[in-house]
Amino acid sequence: MAGTRGFQLERHLVFLLIFLAVLVPLFLPAPKTVRVTPEVKSVYDRIEGLQAGEIVMLPCEYDPSMAAEMSPMTMAVLRQCFRKDLRVLVTCLVSNGVSLVESELRQMAEEWGRKYGEDYVYLGYKPYPGIVIMAMGEDFRVPFPTDYYNTPLDEIPMMKGVKNYQNVALVLTINSTSGIDYWIIYGTGRYKFPLACASTAVMAPNYYNYLQSGQLFGLIGGLRGAAEYEQLVGHPGKAVKGMLVQSVSHILIVALILLGNVIFIVERRRRRS
Amino acid sequence: MEQHILYTIAAILSVAIFTFLWRDNPFYKFAEHLVVGVSAGYFVVILVTTSLIPKLLDPAKRVLAGASTTLLDPLVVIPAILGLLLFTRFIPKYAWISRIPIAYILGVGSGAAIPLVLQTYVIQQIYPTMTLFQPGSFNGTGALVNNILILGAVLCGLAYFFFSARHEGVIGGMSKAGIWILMIGFGASFGYTVMSRISLLYGRVDFLVFEWAGPLVRLISG
Repeated sequence: MAGTRGFQLERHLVFLLIFLAVLVPLFLPAPKTVRVTPEVKSVYDRIEGLQAGEIVMLPCEYDPSMAAEMSPMTMAVLRQCFRKDLRVLVTCLVSNGVSLVESELRQMAEEWGRKYGEDYVYLGYKPYPGIVIMAMGEDFRVPFPTDYYNTPLDEIPMMKGVKNYQNVALVLTINSTSGIDYWIIYGTGRYKFPLACASTAVMAPNYYNYLQSGQLFGLIGGLRGAAEYEQLVGHPGKAVKGMLVQSVSHILIVALILLGNVIFIVERRRRRS
Repeated sequence: MEQHILYTIAAILSVAIFTFLWRDNPFYKFAEHLVVGVSAGYFVVILVTTSLIPKLLDPAKRVLAGASTTLLDPLVVIPAILGLLLFTRFIPKYAWISRIPIAYILGVGSGAAIPLVLQTYVIQQIYPTMTLFQPGSFNGTGALVNNILILGAVLCGLAYFFFSARHEGVIGGMSKAGIWILMIGFGASFGYTVMSRISLLYGRVDFLVFEWAGPLVRLISG
């Protein structure tokens, strides 16, 4: 019992240290630069190379629980699109993220003075992402006869002549779910459009093989990827600020792993002797 | 003021969730149940407003008003009937009927998924591995080394899961290397997982400090 209590105290000490490792760097200056990786640069360059007026499709599929990691990516990408006068078509195939994505889109559009229906359109949510992705490959109007605000797509100026993926320059799915797989399988797998993904850090390693095979042209992975993108866009924000938090926390975690191993080895030797 | 109240509720709930780190307690339980309940409720509302109303109820209303015949469209009628048949699950005597729409869903799902999954997960993955050393497919020594590593890792990883031969000799060596390859992969995943979790904690702490506490202190201090 005493041993259990000792373990409990150690556990709580670890929690406290991690909390401090996250809290203290918040009051320190953010890093000046973040090294940009080729997979993130690839997404940035591709969007940067588009002509004004071209359409970028952004399926934003995350809910508030993942907003800390995903929102900085969305904001940075939208900032780049609006700065370049690109038109943006947004969907959210995750039910619990519909309002969140809409508010972020509206916030960025207001910041850049962009007009709904001309510069950007929000289609919103429909269930069964795989089916919706395939249906959009035929015509956006099949799964989305109306946009999020119940306006028929045919009455929206931006959607005139925009039928399916062939009419968008690229698709960048900002996604914290297995929906990325749907976009790879049912989207680019079937309709062969240029696809990139922005995922949570947990998921990022799973998608490097698609990058290598050319099924994805770019990958923004986690807060680190978001920080790189913020830097490329020239507007460092929460993600860049979070890099110092990440560094301090990771150093602490590595130190704790080493300490745990040392304690384990010492204990084992003591028991043997 | 309204925003301060909403942010305060969010802050209290965040702290309530964090109290689990000390031990399980009623505050944590309340917050956890609230999350589940709100999420489920929100999901139902979104599903009804984005799917059920525009796809079924609105066409039905228009038919009843004599303004349209949309509801007679087979693409509306058949899915609606199949959807309703799913509810027979709740009547034990007629529960077997629900197998019809379930079979339809499975059939459509499999029909759509199998060829595409095979294409994207297998064929399109094998192809670049097979063509790693084609002239023009890489440039520079670094890329060549990378390609050798990729090919070696793929073969060793496959050898580890190859159970039709004893893991001795060449196969044994390759499968041992395969274990290391897998461990490196898991290590990378773990590292990324840590990063992800720290990101989420950072998001919450940033909210508590700069979006909630800071403005609240400024409001109170006038």
